[in-house]
Amino acid sequence: MTLPVRPSPSLSGRIHPVSQVIDEISAIFGDMGFSIAEGPEIETDYYNFTALNFPEGHPAREMHDTFFFSPDENGERKVLRTHTSPVQIRTMETQAPPIRVVIPGKTYRQDSDATHSPMFHQLEGLVIDKTTHVGHLRWTLEEFCKAFFEVDSVTMRFRPSFFPFTEPSFEVDIQCDRSGEQVKFGTGTDWMEILGCGMVHPNVLRHCGLDPDVYQGFAWGMGLDRIAMLKYGMPDLRDFFAADERWTSHYGFRPLDIPTLFGGLSS
Amino acid sequence: MKFTLSWLKDHLEIDASLDEICERLTTIGLEVEDVDDKAAYKPFTIAKVIDAKQHPDADRLKVLTVDAGDGKPLQIVCGAPNARAGLVGALARPGTYVPGIGVTLSVGKIRGVESHGMMCSEKELDMSDDHDGIIDLPEDAPVGASFAEYAGLDDPVIEINLTPNRPDCTSIYGIARDLAASGLGTLKTRPAPSFAAKGDTPVSLTLDFSDDDRHLCPGFALRLVRGVKNGPSPQWMQKRLIAIGLRPINALVDITNYMTFDQGRPMHVFDAAKVKGGLVVRRAKAGETILALDEREYALSVENVVIADDNGVESIGGIMGGEHSGCDENTSDVLIESALWDPMNIARTGRDLGIISDARYRFERGVDPEYMVPGLERTTELVLDICGGAASEKTVTGYQAHQPKVIDYPFSEVKRLTGLEVSVDESRDILTRLGFAVEGSGEMVSVSVPSWRPDVDGKADLVEEVMRIHGVDSIEPVALPKLGAVNEKILTTLQIRSRSARRELAARGMMEAVTWSFIPEEAAKLFGGGAPQLKLSNPIAADMSDMRPSLLPGLLAAARRNTAIGHGDVALFEVAATYENDRPEGQRRVAGGVRRGTATLSGAGRMWSNGETGAGRAVGVFDAKADALAVIEACGVPMGNVQVVAGGPDWYHPGRSGTIRMGPKIVLGHFGEFHPKTLETLDVSGKLAGFEVFVDAMPAPKKKATRTKPALTLSAFQAVTRDFAFVVDSDVEAAAIERVAAGADRKLITGVTVFDVFSGASLGEGKKSVAIEVSIQPSDRTLTDEDFEALTKKIVGNVEKTTGGVIRA
Repeated sequence: MTLPVRPSPSLSGRIHPVSQVIDEISAIFGDMGFSIAEGPEIETDYYNFTALNFPEGHPAREMHDTFFFSPDENGERKVLRTHTSPVQIRTMETQAPPIRVVIPGKTYRQDSDATHSPMFHQLEGLVIDKTTHVGHLRWTLEEFCKAFFEVDSVTMRFRPSFFPFTEPSFEVDIQCDRSGEQVKFGTGTDWMEILGCGMVHPNVLRHCGLDPDVYQGFAWGMGLDRIAMLKYGMPDLRDFFAADERWTSHYGFRPLDIPTLFGGLSS
Repeated sequence: MKFTLSWLKDHLEIDASLDEICERLTTIGLEVEDVDDKAAYKPFTIAKVIDAKQHPDADRLKVLTVDAGDGKPLQIVCGAPNARAGLVGALARPGTYVPGIGVTLSVGKIRGVESHGMMCSEKELDMSDDHDGIIDLPEDAPVGASFAEYAGLDDPVIEINLTPNRPDCTSIYGIARDLAASGLGTLKTRPAPSFAAKGDTPVSLTLDFSDDDRHLCPGFALRLVRGVKNGPSPQWMQKRLIAIGLRPINALVDITNYMTFDQGRPMHVFDAAKVKGGLVVRRAKAGETILALDEREYALSVENVVIADDNGVESIGGIMGGEHSGCDENTSDVLIESALWDPMNIARTGRDLGIISDARYRFERGVDPEYMVPGLERTTELVLDICGGAASEKTVTGYQAHQPKVIDYPFSEVKRLTGLEVSVDESRDILTRLGFAVEGSGEMVSVSVPSWRPDVDGKADLVEEVMRIHGVDSIEPVALPKLGAVNEKILTTLQIRSRSARRELAARGMMEAVTWSFIPEEAAKLFGGGAPQLKLSNPIAADMSDMRPSLLPGLLAAARRNTAIGHGDVALFEVAATYENDRPEGQRRVAGGVRRGTATLSGAGRMWSNGETGAGRAVGVFDAKADALAVIEACGVPMGNVQVVAGGPDWYHPGRSGTIRMGPKIVLGHFGEFHPKTLETLDVSGKLAGFEVFVDAMPAPKKKATRTKPALTLSAFQAVTRDFAFVVDSDVEAAAIERVAAGADRKLITGVTVFDVFSGASLGEGKKSVAIEVSIQPSDRTLTDEDFEALTKKIVGNVEKTTGGVIRA
């Protein structure tokens, strides 16, 4: 009677942390009236840069180490999207305001070292209507972080910054305790940069056929893998893509651990 | 962008502490990335050697008595050849960390004599490589004072992470202007340069452009200074350049670098003696080359703009000068250039030639056009002050006065976009302090943008200016309005199905993997990919070159890696994109998986093979088939419409693979054991089975009029099962037998399941036995023996007739 039993397959199978975190995010933003948008990873220069107000030749383009494909017969070369922001454009082109979407997905930069992976995941958000301003952006981000990190309160610091597709733009730091091995949120006196955001640039709205004097809204982008690492303590981004059975077994989630708000995001 | 505190204070009258300054910089959008407050130098003080005696036990050592200024002389053992009574130097007391040798001092005995500290060399203080002797200061250096302060080593270095929209802050003056506008300190104004200029610049200057190209060089100012002495630049200038990471070269070059950082105004100097004929600014000609100041040779194209003379190309405009006409210690006549360049062309040229320079950095962001001429004057002044000489009158060509952008701006825009309440007076004040000219009164005004802010284009930019100076952090969170009492479904069908596929496969004991979207060319070709349009021009590594046509190569590679570390029995899956072409519709959504070795789903359902249930069984085609069908079912596809046909793509074993279809057009997926050649090419060993299901190919679910399930009638009569075995030709599909048997009486028969298939010599060549279990559920009465006999007859008759088989006795 004391012999160990063979475990059910549903106990040994694992969901990758990225998928689990996307489900967590869907649960949170679903509750705030957002839907989940996706888009192609092989993008045109227009969607990845031009429509997002990166002028041709602007140094901001060089902030992105872009993967290119060979030019086609018209000399146009497709790119691997360097951010999830092209989906902002595709959403605004096909959907009339009010818009509330979050966009999780794979992104690519030609960069590989201890903290950079040539493939990673971003989480983008977009809200467009007639009255949404930075105050709403701040609320949305604070509420999200509180829910996601499952803490009672978070303190955020907004710093003016620059992204071509938002104006004004901000970088956001979150207060935390970095004294231990793991970062703790909702406590402490340290700051950690966690995301970039801002009000959607009037040129971006115009590119999507929206009048910037009528419509306004905000967008943000953050590293999906990074917030997964901050929450669950994976030390190295590169392990995410190694499919090492030991890592997945340790950091992965059981298939029946489905994140919900009513049952708590994580068990 | 790096600068030192004292340099900033050249332009800013300020009492605030270093911490306050750094915090303010970050607050107004000039994020401080790093501060070196030079605290390491604080413990070092100036001390005087009162007495120097020979060490009793060592020829090369001396025992010093050192006055540290506190009236308590210290005994220090010192080995420096220049240690002597009367020397004034830099003292480190016990407990001090000495950066140049990486040692924290303690009181120690050296050859029996106690030593209470150290008189330091420049190397020990990390000031230079000089270790020939200890620092020897002038006799009047104040004993007891801070050495770092005396030597100017205490100047903190601040590094800001400058965003590409702020060319105005590529200069220390610009940073000071921003700080002053934020209310921290007062901007100092420097008197306009004044010097005597005599005679025309003797070198002619031509901007040789067609009308369409004039924007490539919107202005060029030039002056000759004769009779300069180009030695080393002064100490103060060298110190500042070194502090921000530049290498002093000679006075003329250092002055141009100084101007680049001090004023954000890149300058260039030509040795006039090496310039032949007049200077012409033009597009480069194909085939022209230049040996630039970085000692590299660049091949130029017509896209590049150059400054040339009769010798050829002397400089790549706005990016880097040429070695040939560069200034060295023999330069006596210098041509000073202050020009404007087209940001886009600079960016392109810089990128094409692969040159990163401080000039390019500034010109591609946008240099203040109105400072072109003042910049030349200021540079001339510095040259005259430092190198002497006599200046000619300046030549200015091509420059049209700057026309400021004017923006119609309602002050309420700040509130609209940020929610911040900023009074009209404060908004006006902030803009004015930043150099904007605000015209008009009331709510709507016209705002002229200063020449140094090419980034400011519209109302939203002005909102940012007001907001960042007012303070961003006072923006209060405001709840988004709730859209409805209960939220609607927010996922698309594809998202829901992807999610279901993941959870289903994980529930079947598989591990989810996220593998690279790019795979080696060879693997891509093996799986039907490798198209040129899906090949990266700049892959991060040679084996990450092609967008994957299938999830399987990545999963097989992952299986191989796991095997290599001793975890051979893996069951891996991935739900992600594969790429058929480079268009959005060519991106598929696929659920794929591989199982290796014994990673089977033990205990679920009957096993096909005789007796080989449980652990230790090698995976096979049916494990992959079960996984694939489970995904399809979990995604809500009506399974009655799903057909499986033998044979799959050629990376599978031809006899041990299948394709899952729905109707004549839709391929839902395929599965199988991998072809040995596939495994060999990918260097994977062992038995592996895998599958792929095309989640995006599944037809959309039918809209349901009601969620009501069909009525359930529970029979009061006993259900029974009967087993049958048929011997059929081996090419008869077991599924066909199931179908025919079920059709014998649709009312009575509720299910037919194949539970055993085998072939053997006893059955004869080309024959197999298929055993089925038939579930029978009467609804209105208990069945009699006669009923069973009739039903059995019908089942056997139908199967025999349709399949040509016979019932096994």
